[in-house]
Amino acid sequence: MKRMGVACCLLLTLVLSACPLRAQQTTTSTSAPPASASSAEASQAINDKLSDLDKRVAAAQSSADNGWMLVSAALVLMMTGPGLALFYGGLVRHKNVLAIMMQSFALMGWITVLWALVGYSLCFGGNGPVIGDFGHLFLKGVGIDANPDYAATIPQMTFMVYQLMFAIITPALITGATAERMKFSGTLLFMTLWFFLVYAPMAHMVWGKGGILNASLGGKFPTLDFAGGTVVHITSGVSALVCALYLGKRVGYPKHPMPPHSLVLSFIGACLLWVGWFGFNAGSALSSGGLATSAFVATHFGAAAAACSWSLAEWFKNGRASALGAISGAVAGLVAITPAAGFVGPMPALVIGFIAGIFCYWMVAKFKAIFGYDDALDAFGVHGAGGTIGALLTGIFARAIYNPIYGAGKPTGGLDGHWSQVGYQLVGIAFAWVFALVGTIVILKIVDAVTGLRVMEEQEIEGLDITQHGEEAYNLES
Amino acid sequence: MMKIEAIIQPSRFESVKEALLEIGIEGMTVTEVRGHGRQKGHTEVYRGREYTVDLLPKIKLEVVLADGLVNRAVETILKSAKTGKIGDGKIFLTRVDEAIRIRNEERGESAL
Repeated sequence: MKRMGVACCLLLTLVLSACPLRAQQTTTSTSAPPASASSAEASQAINDKLSDLDKRVAAAQSSADNGWMLVSAALVLMMTGPGLALFYGGLVRHKNVLAIMMQSFALMGWITVLWALVGYSLCFGGNGPVIGDFGHLFLKGVGIDANPDYAATIPQMTFMVYQLMFAIITPALITGATAERMKFSGTLLFMTLWFFLVYAPMAHMVWGKGGILNASLGGKFPTLDFAGGTVVHITSGVSALVCALYLGKRVGYPKHPMPPHSLVLSFIGACLLWVGWFGFNAGSALSSGGLATSAFVATHFGAAAAACSWSLAEWFKNGRASALGAISGAVAGLVAITPAAGFVGPMPALVIGFIAGIFCYWMVAKFKAIFGYDDALDAFGVHGAGGTIGALLTGIFARAIYNPIYGAGKPTGGLDGHWSQVGYQLVGIAFAWVFALVGTIVILKIVDAVTGLRVMEEQEIEGLDITQHGEEAYNLES
Repeated sequence: MMKIEAIIQPSRFESVKEALLEIGIEGMTVTEVRGHGRQKGHTEVYRGREYTVDLLPKIKLEVVLADGLVNRAVETILKSAKTGKIGDGKIFLTRVDEAIRIRNEERGESAL
């Protein structure tokens, strides 16, 4: 045993001394050029030093940006698991909690596979107006080198894995509308088709090179969408509405009470969403400098203002502010600030959040009741509606001093005098609505024919955990 | 032998338990139940939807006693469980035919 330990230490020492350590590579001499050298040699040496300094500054900036981006990617993944899983999980009845969590978790696995094989390429490859290409199939060409079209200071692999987390959470949001009655097999098929037919085109159009809605790369209808108000929230929210209408109401809705089984879980989930959203929005700066800070602050202010305004609206209407209302308000604010985060100042962020809180409260408490659809966990009311109002307000409040997206000195949004931006926002919003609407109807028809959408009534009454997954979430007697 | 079944407010349970202990009654079975008599429930609101909750939590206490102890036990429960408001609960008395101690198979009042 002891001899093995000594042998291992020797081997380790040999290996370590053979490996070039990074630190050794980056040190350079700090001595001045010799006094006897000619002036040409001296200036050459200085130029060499300056270019070497340039490289080191770039490397330092790169390290900072990459560090922040990797953390952001992790934060956004956390938003799905366990953020969204807990938030939704607490809102359903206890017989369905595992099912809703499983749907989010399954996407974490499955969307990753699709993304790695072909998804990233379809979203960010090529330069088509509507969709990418197969140039990055199996992530070919996606390595440590930066892709200056998207993010010049970080490895393209970082950008790829960061964007993956968005592709995971977007379809997961839809499960809020189909909760407590959709088949697991149907969910998987639906999400796969939705990813290709709705998410990939929308992501490419707004964020991909050549995309017609891309504001930073010269799209024809430049839509300001910093972190995904249209790509993520409007698409998933509108899809959610279509699903809710197509699937129909849950058995017993609205007559039987179906209150959340654990607002404690929802509370934890909502807070994880809030914190994770810093990665979602501030990470969309794709760098760790001032723009990330601006987006971070706007995100937080938007969430806080919306939590306050939703609670205020409830207090007015019901005489009491509820915990569910407060956390729902925060989420609504985060949704609304998502397209705006890197374009607006702190004060407009408060305004956007305040408006979103009240608007989404009305959508959830009044609008839904008027039309009677069973959007079980208010995916449309919060994400669809919040994303729409946020995208619109972005057009008004965006200012070049926070993000000169059209070039230095060029006006960005309404407050800069560029009021036609609001028109472009409407175009982007319309694209998102139409793609989501049409795409979802087509997909629902296909899934209905292949796997079926809804579980049988007895299964719905018994609960999805037992019937779809053979499990009970809480075995308190065991 | 009589069984006393008392459905009481959960907030009164500790007092009732202590009071029964004081008069020498130590054996009881306690269940958490839901129900209502004429007491109205309360309304909960989740995201604008109102739910009337009319099954309220109560505590059900069951004790089986020799005939001679029953009256005193009932009085004790009444005194310690009463708040004077609607929702205080009810006491039911039923006759018990036999009682058996599982450990040593004793029967009758000595098994209580």
